[in-house]
Amino acid sequence: MSVEFFLFLLVAAVAVFAALGLLLSRNAIYAAMFLILNMASVAVIYLLLNAPFIAAVQVAVYAGAIMVLFVFVIMLLGAEKLNPADTKPALKWQRPLSIVLGMALFLLLGAVILTRLGGAAAAKMIDTSPLAIGKALFTTYLLPFEVVSVLLLAAVVGAVVLTKKS
Amino acid sequence: MNTLLEIILKAAVITLVALTGFAYLTLLERKFISRLQARYGPNRVGPFGLLQPVAEALKLIVKESIMPDKADRPMFFLAPIMAVVPALAIFAVVPFGKGPVLQLASNVNVGMLYIAAVIGTAVYGVAIAGWASNNKYASLGGLRAAAQVVSYELALGLSMVTVVLLASSASLAEIVEAQQPGNILGWNIFKLPVGFVAASIFAMTSLAELARAPYDLVEAEQELTAGYITEYSGMKFALFFMSEYIKMIALSALFATFFLGGWSGPFVNSLASPFGEILSLVYFIVKVLACLLLMVLVRATLPRLRYDKLMAFGWKMLLPVSLLNVVVTALMIVLGIF
Repeated sequence: MSVEFFLFLLVAAVAVFAALGLLLSRNAIYAAMFLILNMASVAVIYLLLNAPFIAAVQVAVYAGAIMVLFVFVIMLLGAEKLNPADTKPALKWQRPLSIVLGMALFLLLGAVILTRLGGAAAAKMIDTSPLAIGKALFTTYLLPFEVVSVLLLAAVVGAVVLTKKS
Repeated sequence: MNTLLEIILKAAVITLVALTGFAYLTLLERKFISRLQARYGPNRVGPFGLLQPVAEALKLIVKESIMPDKADRPMFFLAPIMAVVPALAIFAVVPFGKGPVLQLASNVNVGMLYIAAVIGTAVYGVAIAGWASNNKYASLGGLRAAAQVVSYELALGLSMVTVVLLASSASLAEIVEAQQPGNILGWNIFKLPVGFVAASIFAMTSLAELARAPYDLVEAEQELTAGYITEYSGMKFALFFMSEYIKMIALSALFATFFLGGWSGPFVNSLASPFGEILSLVYFIVKVLACLLLMVLVRATLPRLRYDKLMAFGWKMLLPVSLLNVVVTALMIVLGIF
């Protein structure tokens, strides 16, 4: 309990700090770096929850592959600095709407936490080795797995079609 | 607490050895390339030039550290650290020898994924260095690095998948165990044809991940002066240098583990307790050195690729071949050949 609890507090603090940094930084590269820090700290939380596979995949896929592309695009377009003159008129009605929707989400989450506090059952300890997860993916969850693969394939084909010139 | 102390001690020893290895690898590379080019190489500082790395380190430490006026200061400062940390982190799962004393965390069952994750994050140092320098050459170098690493990571990952299939485990300790039927033919590189293909792809893509010749477009002198490293000087420059050479050692260690049987070799299992372990460490070091010398030999031999050729080779050649290799490996395992 004790060591893990303190580790959790530390990592959670880093995750929240990184999330705030992501939202508040004016520079897109900084925001991307904060997002990577956030993903890495969430990966550590997965490790604390005894899920090393998810932790490694989180870093490899999100922090490694996807964020490299984000950073690449930001650097390529030179889009790290947002010009305030370009953005303010475009965000006229979105701002109040986002506040309302954000409050609604917050209320919902709060309600769930308050009503379930102490009521939710402790998670079952399951086998989290890559072997067990692979077997589960290709037997129990084969259909959702295949649906996701088809979805991703469609996205890839779509990207190729969109980038073709003629 | 004892295990925590043990982990900290091992991590400190690995870091120290990696840093010393980096210093002497630069000397080894310069000496070896010099001999290939009919020169002597560094031979003035100390016997056979053995103190050359010490002199270089001293020079870089006392050198003025220049930061460009328009550079992004925090990122300019952080980039070298982002480059070095992943390079060192790879060593955590490498089994350096037989027995738990010579291994840190090589028995974790997600070892391969850990390596993929660490290698994937290693590019940020270079990309951010290029961006933060606020210099056209540096930015182009950083962009090239990001694109190149993303492209070659796929083939690298697939060649690692072949290894996982052959060993039917993603733990590095078990991958070494799976290569020990008692003779050299147990090594993954000799599991023909798939093992050899995977080894070749791993070797080529790891050179690309390192951005070493012939894939060193990231720092192509003729086009980009020194690429992402142009604006760096002093200790920060040394850190980038360090990250490249430590990654060289780390990827050689991985190659030895994946394809050359790791620490296994004759008499390792028959000798008494301390000697078998020491012998296994010696075998491992010899294998890593062989890989390192091969990398240096490649650099001395091959010219640099053109950038579009580099991308085409990665996507149109290495990726399909490694994908096919995985399928063939799976098929051969299902058919009971391995």
